[in-house]
Amino acid sequence: MSVIIVFLLVIAGFAGWWLSHQGLTAKPWLEQGLAGDLVGLDRSALPTAKIGLGVFLAVVGCLFSLFTSAYFMRMGLPDWRPLPLPRLLWLNTGVLALSSVALQCAVIAARRGQLDMVRLGLATAGLTALAFVAGQLIAWRQLTEDGYLLASNPANSFFYLITGMHGLHILGGLVGLGRTSIGAWNGARPERLRLSVELCAMYWHFLLFVWLAIFALLAGWAATFIDICRQLLT
Amino acid sequence: MVDVTPADAVPPAEVGEVELYHPHSWWTKYVFSQDAKVIAVQYSATATAIGLVALVLSWLMRLQLGFPGTFDFITPQAYYQFITVHGMIMVIYLLTALFLGGFGNYLIPLMVGARDMVFPYVNMLSYWVYLLAVLVLVSSFFAPGGPTGAGWTLYPPQAIMSGTPGGQDWGIILMLSSLILFIIGFTMGGLNYVVTVLQGRTRGMTLMRLPLTVWGIFTATVMALLAFPALFVACVMMLLDRLLGTSFFMPALVEMGEQSQHNGGSPILFQHLFWFFGHPEVYIVALPAFGIVSDLISTHARKNIFGYRMMVWAIIAIGALSFVVWAHHMYVSGMNPYFGFFFATTTLIIAVPTAIKVYNWVLTLWRGDIHLTIPMLFALAFIVTFINGGLTGLFLGNVVVDVPLSDTMFVVAHFHMVMGVAPILVIFGAIYHWYPKVTGRMLDETLGRFHFWVTFLGAYLIFFPMHYLGLMGVPRRYAELTDMNIMTESAHHLNSFISIMAFIVGFAQMVFLFNLIWSIRHGREAGGNPWRATTLEWQTPQTPPAHGNFGKELPIVYRWAYDYSVPGAKEDFIPQNVPGSFGLGPSREPA
Repeated sequence: MSVIIVFLLVIAGFAGWWLSHQGLTAKPWLEQGLAGDLVGLDRSALPTAKIGLGVFLAVVGCLFSLFTSAYFMRMGLPDWRPLPLPRLLWLNTGVLALSSVALQCAVIAARRGQLDMVRLGLATAGLTALAFVAGQLIAWRQLTEDGYLLASNPANSFFYLITGMHGLHILGGLVGLGRTSIGAWNGARPERLRLSVELCAMYWHFLLFVWLAIFALLAGWAATFIDICRQLLT
Repeated sequence: MVDVTPADAVPPAEVGEVELYHPHSWWTKYVFSQDAKVIAVQYSATATAIGLVALVLSWLMRLQLGFPGTFDFITPQAYYQFITVHGMIMVIYLLTALFLGGFGNYLIPLMVGARDMVFPYVNMLSYWVYLLAVLVLVSSFFAPGGPTGAGWTLYPPQAIMSGTPGGQDWGIILMLSSLILFIIGFTMGGLNYVVTVLQGRTRGMTLMRLPLTVWGIFTATVMALLAFPALFVACVMMLLDRLLGTSFFMPALVEMGEQSQHNGGSPILFQHLFWFFGHPEVYIVALPAFGIVSDLISTHARKNIFGYRMMVWAIIAIGALSFVVWAHHMYVSGMNPYFGFFFATTTLIIAVPTAIKVYNWVLTLWRGDIHLTIPMLFALAFIVTFINGGLTGLFLGNVVVDVPLSDTMFVVAHFHMVMGVAPILVIFGAIYHWYPKVTGRMLDETLGRFHFWVTFLGAYLIFFPMHYLGLMGVPRRYAELTDMNIMTESAHHLNSFISIMAFIVGFAQMVFLFNLIWSIRHGREAGGNPWRATTLEWQTPQTPPAHGNFGKELPIVYRWAYDYSVPGAKEDFIPQNVPGSFGLGPSREPA
């Protein structure tokens, strides 16, 4: 369970940092009225939707940390036989990174108000994300054809489970991306469009990060890394 | 020396107005409503309805335990199904949903001075997914093989084996699916509760001016958002074990003389995941109760809460600590003794912030102008009950005491006191307190007092003897307790007595339900602020609050939520949105 504990420590760090700016040592029973120093403690200047997405991403991060924790705990048992990762995953990684880059371009274009570039970025991001999902499905198929079935070994089960969960999150993101694209083509208000493109980009970058972490985990580098850390500590 | 600044000297609210969704038809107003108040009532009604199912199940269990062998239809299988569904409903579908979905939805926007939740559409979806989860759970009663009988902890491997009711039928599949749906639905709602507290606060409402109710619900929601994924992961993995033959949790087994398809899985892994959710869950239920009870005590004792800052810090500390104690539920699973030592220590440390809260409640009462209204009675009963349940928790937190007691009725008595009776008492108190705001009418006083005394005394008559049975060694989880040395004649009598009390307490809840329904039309008119309370929900222009909560302009907050009996003020309470400075302390008017 060390992975999830580390993740929660990070979250606790953020929460502690935020709380330390909220005047938790104030003595509200002595402070009446609307003093200037209290106004600074009101809501954040960030758009509410971004904060909402941030909280959601913390939950998603928690979910994948727990999968990782379970992965490490199950990995220590004797029946674990790691499976060879299909080469295709490298290509998929590139495609997903491309998708993220395209959305970042869309964000930049939206900030400059270039609607054509926004549309191009959104379309590229959507298509590459779809290509990523298709690529993952093909990778699954290759593995099953090679006899690495879901239930034949826990390493396989975790592979399908974690990649599947990640794929589902991508599909969920595509719904959001689709709605943003509809807005981009039907003439949504520029500031509103900009916000939704930024939200999509935030989600995409996060899922790319999650994918890189998962990839490292499934390829066994994460375990090696942890071993090195453990050796350094002992 | 009252110094009131005229209201027009205050600059207008700088908080940007949200785009409220305005319903156009009956359907969007009362059914697919995006108004947090309607969603709160929907959540509460659904949770109460499913809670009644759990109440009936507890009666059936008590029939079997109190009068073993008398009722043929309660087979051991049925008994285990009753246990499982009763526990699951009470902990998750009733308590969590009612505190966060019910009270959270109603109180957060009103108490922080917002027009609605920040994402109303997602909030509406949250309720409908919750309802779907409840329906899936209920459907397992009608599925072949009935609901699962794996115990509310659903420990593998037994949860998905043929010896357990529902293990190889639909029961466990429906249970796991329902939990997954619940978590999805809760996450949607939870995002709203958290972000509304962060971003929806009206001008002047700093975090340290929030009523403790909001602090409790807010912290509990943050915890739930981080803890429920563990249950989600556990459910998904067990579902795969059951449906697709993976071996996440399932070890190699010989079942009915046949080697199962599973191999090498780890049941302990499930226990870690489950309790990583399960222990924070205790505080997810307790923290809102702590917050609500603080407000009830302060309001009905006409005195400011003692040690507000400590109360806030204690809530945060309890929330953080509750994530590092989960393995104290697993002492009997076997673990490295150093781990046991670690988890026993963290468990006992939680007693420190909790004790701070109890002292502060008692000190708030000290020399207060105590009105023994029904909410106050329930709040007082909560303090007593929580101390009782908490003290037995200190026993069980120690490995050496826990190991012999773990499988006895002592544990049942402990967790029912601390996370069953105590939070339910707060829920009742809160309903008597806020019902006038929700409906505009008071609940009937006589019926209320009857309900309180029967529930409070009855609960003690149920659960106090159970501690004693546990110390005698009477095991829990046994469907039949007839032919055992431990079960002396007096133990049998005690069991019958507990069962009869359980029926009486259950009957009192029917009186309460009658009161709830009857008072909607026939209750005494309440007016806007019957308890003369300071928080914003009592200051709305209409009662019940209209769509958008606060009329044309959002209130501006000038003070904390506990200005009761302030020296120099005309009345014994000053609402949060009243400007001017009274009594002690430097005045800080806007420049």
